[in-house]
Amino acid sequence: MTLRQREVLASLGFVLPSILIIAAVSVFPIVATFVLSFTETKIAELVPRDFVGLSNYAGYLSNATFWDTIGRTSYFTFVSVGVELLLGLAIAVLIQSHPPGWRFLRLSLIIPWAVPTIVNGALWRWIYNADYGALNALLVQSGLVERYIPWLTRPFLSLNLVILADIWHSVPFVALILQAALATIPDELEEAAAVDGATAWQRFLHVRLPLLRAAILVVLVIRTVEAFRVFDIVYVITQGGPAFGTVTISYLTYLETFSYGNLGKGSSLSFLISIFTLIMALFYFRIFYRSEPRS
Amino acid sequence: MKRTTPLQRILKLVFTILVLLFIYAPVAWLLISSISTRADLLAKPLRWIPPNLTFQNYRDILLPGTAVSEVAATFKRTLLNSFIVAGSTTLICLSVGSLAAYALARLQLPFRRFYLVGILATRMIPEVSLVIPLYIIAARAGMINNPITLIITYLSFALPFAIWMLAAFFETVPRELEDAATIDGTTRLGTLFRVILPVAAPGLVSTAIFTFLLAWDEFFFALIFTSTIEAKTVPVAIAEFTGRYAVDITAMMTGGVLAALPPLLLALLFQRYIVSGLVAGAVKG
Repeated sequence: MTLRQREVLASLGFVLPSILIIAAVSVFPIVATFVLSFTETKIAELVPRDFVGLSNYAGYLSNATFWDTIGRTSYFTFVSVGVELLLGLAIAVLIQSHPPGWRFLRLSLIIPWAVPTIVNGALWRWIYNADYGALNALLVQSGLVERYIPWLTRPFLSLNLVILADIWHSVPFVALILQAALATIPDELEEAAAVDGATAWQRFLHVRLPLLRAAILVVLVIRTVEAFRVFDIVYVITQGGPAFGTVTISYLTYLETFSYGNLGKGSSLSFLISIFTLIMALFYFRIFYRSEPRS
Repeated sequence: MKRTTPLQRILKLVFTILVLLFIYAPVAWLLISSISTRADLLAKPLRWIPPNLTFQNYRDILLPGTAVSEVAATFKRTLLNSFIVAGSTTLICLSVGSLAAYALARLQLPFRRFYLVGILATRMIPEVSLVIPLYIIAARAGMINNPITLIITYLSFALPFAIWMLAAFFETVPRELEDAATIDGTTRLGTLFRVILPVAAPGLVSTAIFTFLLAWDEFFFALIFTSTIEAKTVPVAIAEFTGRYAVDITAMMTGGVLAALPPLLLALLFQRYIVSGLVAGAVKG
């Protein structure tokens, strides 16, 4: 056996445990979900049965609730990721300009990021409370509104309030990554542009933003995938209510599977989510692979 | 470069203060709610610094025999469950992940690219796409309400994440160190343990923290697979405060502080590992 062959064998041995685990807990369940999505399996029986072909998928594609949910999830994703990106970028630029207290600001960003999602949800639910919530107390005491508003009784408003809680949790992640990327850009580049007479805004737009492209794309992909599958925070703040107003695609899958007990239909929904995720993963892989020096 | 006008300085200051307010106001309210009495929190008009501050809520949860609600009484046990599950997940991910990441970063791994895509794809697959077959298996095997079920299922997202991050750190270890060891006749495994792991120790710490936080934070699998005291984790217990015990607000906020404390302490103590870890986890070293 040559040295190279031995190394190949050794490397296979090194990755084998991880491949076995990932095959068992990720690959197999995905394939099984795909198979189940063509059946009419019920939670009470736990035995795959009654092959129904594409009817689970067809049922959803002609179902208004499904399309409303897709629309709602897209809105959630678009608004939360959009705001997180803009606000995160602004905070990153602020920190990078080293104003007084920037170290404290950067340290503070870790706090919302580290607070568990469920605690974050419970906290905001309490802040939004119709009768005793801090948001109502603040608005009434400062004279901005006259009486307490039942925030979480209006579907579209509730969706936006859940988005606000998500933004609080996720902006730090975006800001910290973009700030780390900004820190790698040499000052000389911008100084040169400044000598050439470029304004601060022009320097940002034409010098720094292009160099941040890869970091921004990575953040966008990660956050889009996360936001599209949002579940935890919805579960705690609104339980999908009021009137389905905050039901996202993951929440609909949860309801279909574990509340209504339709494992087959739930599988078709969850498989659709994984298709979307895989497309995003491939996109992400392309970004990263292009920037990797060696293969 | 540092030619800033007074106006710019004021704008920056205002923005800094706004961001700090946005971060700290909810956190402050969480802390204040946890040391208030229920009567003070339900008073109108609301007083931002309640007249009666107390640690009774913490005593109710942490000391035996004083608890008001069932969830509060069992909260301590869920903390322990969370530590067991997150700790075990972290240990498995570090050991299995180090081997895989070493092959990925250093050895002639066939189909390396294919393996990388697989790692990335499985890392991003949402739990909801895996849960149904896993639930069928766990239910038929009588593994519902068992912490081991959580540890196994948590590997689905934690292991690919750990491999990805460790590989990024291992690639930063200078190859010369390794070559010296190889010439000395050290085996591959020996090189990993005697050269790579010690040199990449900060990366190991970083990966351990992130994996622990991921597992500590996990809610969906815990919600589906656990409902009794034997295996329920902290996030499930907190979600239950919002459901059945809709008015037990002080217990919920106190539970929230206790649940946030371990990840917050880890993140703040190891602050310098967090940013490097975020970057390694997202953008590859």
